[in-house]
Amino acid sequence: MTKGTVKGIISNLVQVEVDGPVSQNEICYIDLEGTKLMAEVIKVSGNIAYTQVFESTRGLRPGYPVEFSDRMLEVKLGPGMLSKNYDGLQDDLNKMEGLFLTRGEYTDPLDEDSEWDFEPLAKAGDTVIPGDWLGSVQENWINHKIMVPFKLEGKFQVKNVAAKGKYKLTDTIATITDAEGEEQELNMIQYWPVKLPIRAYESKPRPFKMMETGVRTIDTLNPIAEGGTGFTPGPFGTGKTVLQHSISQNAEADLIIVAACGERANEVVELFTEFPELDDPRTGRKLMERTIIICNTSNMPVAAREASVYTAMSIAEYYRSMGLRVLLLADSTSRWAQALREMSNRMEELPGPDAYPMDLPAIISNFYSRAGYVYLNNGEAGSITFIGAVSPAGGNLKEPVTESTKKAARCFYSLSQDRADSKRYPAVDPIDSYSKYLEYEEVKEYLDANISSGWVDSVTKAKDILLRGKEAKDQINILGDDGVPLDYHGRFWKSELLDRIILVQDGFDPVDKSTPMKRQAYMLNLVLKVCDTEFAFDSYEELQPYFTKLINDLRQMNYQPFESDEFKKYESELEVILEERRAK
Amino acid sequence: MAGKAFQKIYTKLTQITKATCAVTATGVGNEELATVSGRLAQVVKLMGDTVTLQIFSGTEGIGTDAEVVFFGHPPTLKVGDQLAGRFFNAYGDPIDGGPEIEGEEVEIGGPSVNPVRRKDPSELIATGIAGIDLNNTLVTGQKIPFFADPDQPYNQVMATVALRTKADKIILGGMGLSNDDYLYYKHTFENAGVIDKIISFVNTTDDPPVERLLVPDMALAAAEYFAIQKNESVLVLLTDLTLYCDALSIVSNRMDQIPSKDSMPGSLYSDLAKIYEKAVQFPEGGSITIIAVTTISGGDITHAIPDNTGYITEGQLYLRRDSDIGKVIIDPARSLSRLKTKVMGKRTREDHPQVMSASVRLNADATNAKTKMENGFDLSDYDQRAMDFARDYADQILAIDVNIDTEEMLDTTWALFRKYFTREEVAIKDEFMKIHWDKG
Repeated sequence: MTKGTVKGIISNLVQVEVDGPVSQNEICYIDLEGTKLMAEVIKVSGNIAYTQVFESTRGLRPGYPVEFSDRMLEVKLGPGMLSKNYDGLQDDLNKMEGLFLTRGEYTDPLDEDSEWDFEPLAKAGDTVIPGDWLGSVQENWINHKIMVPFKLEGKFQVKNVAAKGKYKLTDTIATITDAEGEEQELNMIQYWPVKLPIRAYESKPRPFKMMETGVRTIDTLNPIAEGGTGFTPGPFGTGKTVLQHSISQNAEADLIIVAACGERANEVVELFTEFPELDDPRTGRKLMERTIIICNTSNMPVAAREASVYTAMSIAEYYRSMGLRVLLLADSTSRWAQALREMSNRMEELPGPDAYPMDLPAIISNFYSRAGYVYLNNGEAGSITFIGAVSPAGGNLKEPVTESTKKAARCFYSLSQDRADSKRYPAVDPIDSYSKYLEYEEVKEYLDANISSGWVDSVTKAKDILLRGKEAKDQINILGDDGVPLDYHGRFWKSELLDRIILVQDGFDPVDKSTPMKRQAYMLNLVLKVCDTEFAFDSYEELQPYFTKLINDLRQMNYQPFESDEFKKYESELEVILEERRAK
Repeated sequence: MAGKAFQKIYTKLTQITKATCAVTATGVGNEELATVSGRLAQVVKLMGDTVTLQIFSGTEGIGTDAEVVFFGHPPTLKVGDQLAGRFFNAYGDPIDGGPEIEGEEVEIGGPSVNPVRRKDPSELIATGIAGIDLNNTLVTGQKIPFFADPDQPYNQVMATVALRTKADKIILGGMGLSNDDYLYYKHTFENAGVIDKIISFVNTTDDPPVERLLVPDMALAAAEYFAIQKNESVLVLLTDLTLYCDALSIVSNRMDQIPSKDSMPGSLYSDLAKIYEKAVQFPEGGSITIIAVTTISGGDITHAIPDNTGYITEGQLYLRRDSDIGKVIIDPARSLSRLKTKVMGKRTREDHPQVMSASVRLNADATNAKTKMENGFDLSDYDQRAMDFARDYADQILAIDVNIDTEEMLDTTWALFRKYFTREEVAIKDEFMKIHWDKG
């Protein structure tokens, strides 16, 4: 193994003089009087390796010894990751002793002594390639596949697979032979370098299914596809995190991976506290059972923050290879970009826009491209749907992280300060936001078949109502209430009704916080019916009280269980209210 | 914090800038403290045997033959119960003429709390100020700044909050406080007879700016002592963090770092997060709550300092002088406490969240009506009622000098709802309307 000596220290950038070969992204350990600090090589110049240390470098001195590991930053993959709380380097936070995070303390992400009920899926004589399923164990309610390690290359012959029974993670569950006849014993654990994508799949088609999130402004107006990518930029206070949390609670996914990247510790604690309590609306089990949290809060070391999104993505890819639908949420990718900026700055690289590294757009689009819908080698399908939060500096969407992300992600959910200020949550701007998936023919076909025929036309119609309402509102603001035709007020109030009933969602109400697609379709059709109604008014002053009444009634419907008696009661009241002003 | 007699002395400075100097030395650790000609300094960079030191009080008059003595440890603070009631400078030395503190010496700026060892904040902090308690309830373990223009009375509001809250200890970290403001805090605390629970670390404008960098870490090291060792609820007041950030940018500039937005160092977010994230609720009952002041220029919150702060803190509070009533209020439209939903309606009356959102919405309608009026349009009956409501609401509830409990705030708001609006306009869930609207 290569060894080295510390030469220079600037914050968490440490220069190491090495005595042998080192590779880019290789992991090394700096010995600080017995405490091993993990670091990653990010640049090599002559016999000096520049390393970013994943811990505080307080007290570190030139001359301290360094050991290189000959491997990149890796995740350890196997059964038992669900409901774990990891830091950015995949240390199990619950296994760490003490109130404070002690530097140099690294814990096992898996429980090596745990036993699992193994069931073989492959049999002796089968030809397998990396990613193929050898067997499975039951992890919570997920059927966890034990796969041929992704790191291997080429074709293998299965020599034998363990019989059904209880095995430890480290027990051999299969032996495979490569083309040269060399045998390999496999257990349930494998490793993967986080910065490389796992490509053990057959093909990656365009996403074509819709992924339900329970959030109306997303599902109804700008749906995200299963295996799709989206991002939510917004100034602080516009509810990025609340939106991500509500998606994570209600989305139609087999498992959720939340990467809390450089965000507030209290928000993560909320996840830790709430998820074990919250019921998964679809399985009735606890949400935490299908969740993995990767948590690198803003006060944790900055280099580990950079690693955390890759750790999360690699774990997502691992589960996707089992034919599962994974939803990956990262909050916030701006903090990740800032971590890149801090390191680039310390290395005195020439800066790009806003002092970010020049290759920021490439790094971001490479990362987003790791999401997607895939067909595995055995014909099964799996997916990673990725939604990243972006925190644009000063709420300005023209900054480098937002612009680079816009090129990479297919759905854009712009969070607007105005909507947040008027407490219209989720504050997704219906006019600026878009979903490219609505343009996909295969998505349109899927929506026609699964929601109702001509669904996209209804959505387009709703968007038109909103846009016309906004234009009318602008005119009213310029010309005054009585300076515009009465019809403008009608347009404005119809869009207001659609906004307040479909888009605004009360995240704290047990019923309203998540809406199944069937109910969303019902409500959209109902609201469109109201909007299609011709009303008769004599003056603009009559519209505000009348529409307030309509909105109030429909809002009460939103609060009631779907198709309950109360729900129907408010619906029949709606008819009465409509009759009052229906144009004869 | 003096050097010890047997320590090795270095006397060959190889470089001097306005805030830093470099010396050739060995066996020195990163972030270690030292003195240069008797002035306190800290190691910020090591390159072979060249050690770069940041001198807190500046390098004026430092010679290339200055004596450099290394302490062998990073900055520390002696903590103990005797801290209570005392005033210290940025180095943790007493400035009130009292004796030195005897106690355990702890490193300041220590490691982060393991997130899984934190508790979800759930205890309300009542301040008697409706702009906070009613609309933006604070919770122990929260961190929240006032975004204030320099002409706004933020120091008075901070002092009011300090006096009214029921925290066990209040720790003031003053950075670049004017001497007048420092004396104001001192007298207010003394006159209120609460001096025993207050600890102050103060850097005034008379002191060198780079010294400020130590103040938050000192204040928070003391806070951790009381919150962890004594299970106390500690409120930390930090004013003014904009001046702290200015000091950060001075140092990074002297070290030839490439500035990012608004000439601030690229690490500004992480630097601020290290301070604010010390706010915590421990399962054993102790907590650290941080209320800070970030002065902004002309209300511009897109500047790097308030912007980064907003992404770290759990909400922000704005002050505004309400011209209708001639008093300072906490602006209901722009202020936000993100943790309020953890206590609203749970630790307070059930109708609290709905009353809060209704009043914010109706106040927003009043603001629109006002804009309409200013632009010369006719006002509808509703507009007029909304404006009347907003005026009474500001006067009877929001004004900073009103000091009532949350229950009374809610009842007063219901009374105003009934006075000015119809059921539909208030649009609160029927179950609460039945209790509070119909009974009144």
